[in-house]
Amino acid sequence: MSRFVERHPAWALIAIIAIAIVLWMIFAIWPPGLEEAIGRKRVFLNALFNGITLGGLYFLVASGFTLIFGLMRNVNLAHGSLYLFGGYVGYAISASTGSWILSFIVAFILTALVGVLLQVIVFRRMEGQDLRQTMVTIGLSIVFADLMLWACGGDFYQIQTPGWLIGPIELPLITAIKSSGEPVYLRYPLVRLVIFVASVVIGVAMWLALNRTRIGMIVRAGVDDRDILAATGVRIQLVFVAVFAFGAGLAGIAGVVGGTFQSLSPGEDIRFLLASLVVVIVGGMGSIPGAALGALIIGLAEQLGSVYIPTYAIVVTFLIMVLVLAIRPQGLLARR
Amino acid sequence: MSLAHDARVAVRPATMAQRPARTWPEVNNPAAWIVAAILVIMPLIANGFFLIEIFATTLILGVIALSLMFLAGYGGMVSLMQLTIAGFSAYMVAVFGVSGNPNISLGWPWWLAVPMALALATAFGTLGGALAVRTEGIYTIMITLAIGAAFYYFTNQNWAIFNGHTGINTVATPHFWGVNWRADIPFYYIVLAVAALCYFAVEYLSRAPFGLALQGVRDNPRRMAALGFNVNAHRIAAYAFASFVAALAGVLQVWNYRQISPGSVSVGACIDVLIIAVVGGITRPIGPFIGALIFVLLRTFALDFLVRLGLDGNRFRLLIGLGFLAIVFWSSDGVIGLWQRWRQRQGSNAPSSSGGRRHG
Repeated sequence: MSRFVERHPAWALIAIIAIAIVLWMIFAIWPPGLEEAIGRKRVFLNALFNGITLGGLYFLVASGFTLIFGLMRNVNLAHGSLYLFGGYVGYAISASTGSWILSFIVAFILTALVGVLLQVIVFRRMEGQDLRQTMVTIGLSIVFADLMLWACGGDFYQIQTPGWLIGPIELPLITAIKSSGEPVYLRYPLVRLVIFVASVVIGVAMWLALNRTRIGMIVRAGVDDRDILAATGVRIQLVFVAVFAFGAGLAGIAGVVGGTFQSLSPGEDIRFLLASLVVVIVGGMGSIPGAALGALIIGLAEQLGSVYIPTYAIVVTFLIMVLVLAIRPQGLLARR
Repeated sequence: MSLAHDARVAVRPATMAQRPARTWPEVNNPAAWIVAAILVIMPLIANGFFLIEIFATTLILGVIALSLMFLAGYGGMVSLMQLTIAGFSAYMVAVFGVSGNPNISLGWPWWLAVPMALALATAFGTLGGALAVRTEGIYTIMITLAIGAAFYYFTNQNWAIFNGHTGINTVATPHFWGVNWRADIPFYYIVLAVAALCYFAVEYLSRAPFGLALQGVRDNPRRMAALGFNVNAHRIAAYAFASFVAALAGVLQVWNYRQISPGSVSVGACIDVLIIAVVGGITRPIGPFIGALIFVLLRTFALDFLVRLGLDGNRFRLLIGLGFLAIVFWSSDGVIGLWQRWRQRQGSNAPSSSGGRRHG
């Protein structure tokens, strides 16, 4: 961080000013002129929180994608299908047992199993041929999409939010002052906050596991040079299977989360595939902190864009990608 | 490393040996002449449905896939945005030309709207290519897929230019010299002429100095850079040419259906173009046309066929996906490669008829 400030003082200053402005916009009571210019503070705060929580969901999807790419150089374009599969499994479990927590566990295990099968049956046979692997994942995503359409139909499903998470809570953020002088506080759905906190916890746990444990060390070494790692006697195929299973499982969890916050339907797989592609292009391929930063940026851009410039919202996301590719083609936080 | 690479190694010695460098390979090939003759007299054989729904559609899709084949086969860049460029060009024809949405369309005559659409779509594709060449190899596929998907969502949510998810309908088609050029037979000949032009342009370019340099860039970019070639400029120029080819197909596509909507530029359709090119074979310009014929035939007749087998007729995409997987697994050179290997195993003299099977 301090090295960044030393190297790019101008950019650091701009970033600090931007953060200060955003913090002021969150905590201050807006003067009437500002409300007239860009609308109510409540709308802005809601868009901001939606963006951050959506970023949490994107992080769950994209971190698995980036982990798999980082270690195995496998661009898994069937990742969106794994997301949707996890969501449908979660829906089935939650509808039949009524347990929201159980649906996460089962979705994680089943999607991880699919991941293991893919790695063992398909990708192990074509190691090092990245284009061919990508083609195979494209074919698989078509097959999976059609099988899921066959099994689940084209309906929209929404996973039932458990009773203890239903309803909004009041946050200590003032959105406006009533004419009587009484402050109005922001009310925000509890479930989204809980899911966001959970995704932060998962992200931190992943970071710790990668940087503080022996397995994490092996994975990081594999990202840098897997041939040398294999030569040192590590059973690399086992590591590959484990990482693929974990990445797929994360996509499955994300499917349950997405099914709770939004809905599940055919086509969502493509949407989340696009989101993970853009997130990892922006954040940097193979980097977990990069996925977190990219997910936050894209989530915010999408939500703020859809509130303030509704018919051009996707262009904002796209322009961010173009800008990153133009300035730093390897992604914001990539090492190479 | 790549799909194209593996296949090329196997194929090149056989074709180079019998192909004099400076003549058209089709000239001495009787099969090519037969196919050309059949295509020219097609309106006598086929009725309107087959002529337009099968053959014209095949040729249009084939031209889009041809632009991908040019990039992937000669440039080593697998671009998933070729259909997006075609769709952009189709939208531009609808926006600048005459359509059933007068508040969007500017109402220009076709001879102004079409060059405008071609120029804009070529610029769009070139810019996208300039973005994609900033990274290498597998990233290209991700960036171009992201561009294609972003364009699809953009057309869906934008009402001012693209008219949202309903798209633009009843696009006018050209009438001049007293001919309705959208009538089945004249339209078929327009499509055939454009397809043949694109086919020979790609064939010519692949042997021109630019194409040879591009193939050098594909095989060893560092060495080409050391020899003084501007690697990125060659790649961007390849994108520009491929964008122009795709844009031509886009114009034909919007005239064919007389409407354009986000459904025609969806991510699934972008991937279909890749499937067409890979199934046909991305090492030679004829491959995309064969792939497109297979794809269109399957799309049109799979329903009846599956129902006749007692299966669910809606599982067409499953069939396509499995077929694509099988090709990627077993034949990295698509159907052409299968055919060629079969010929070699038969022990016949040479795989001579695969140079120009659909066009003369």
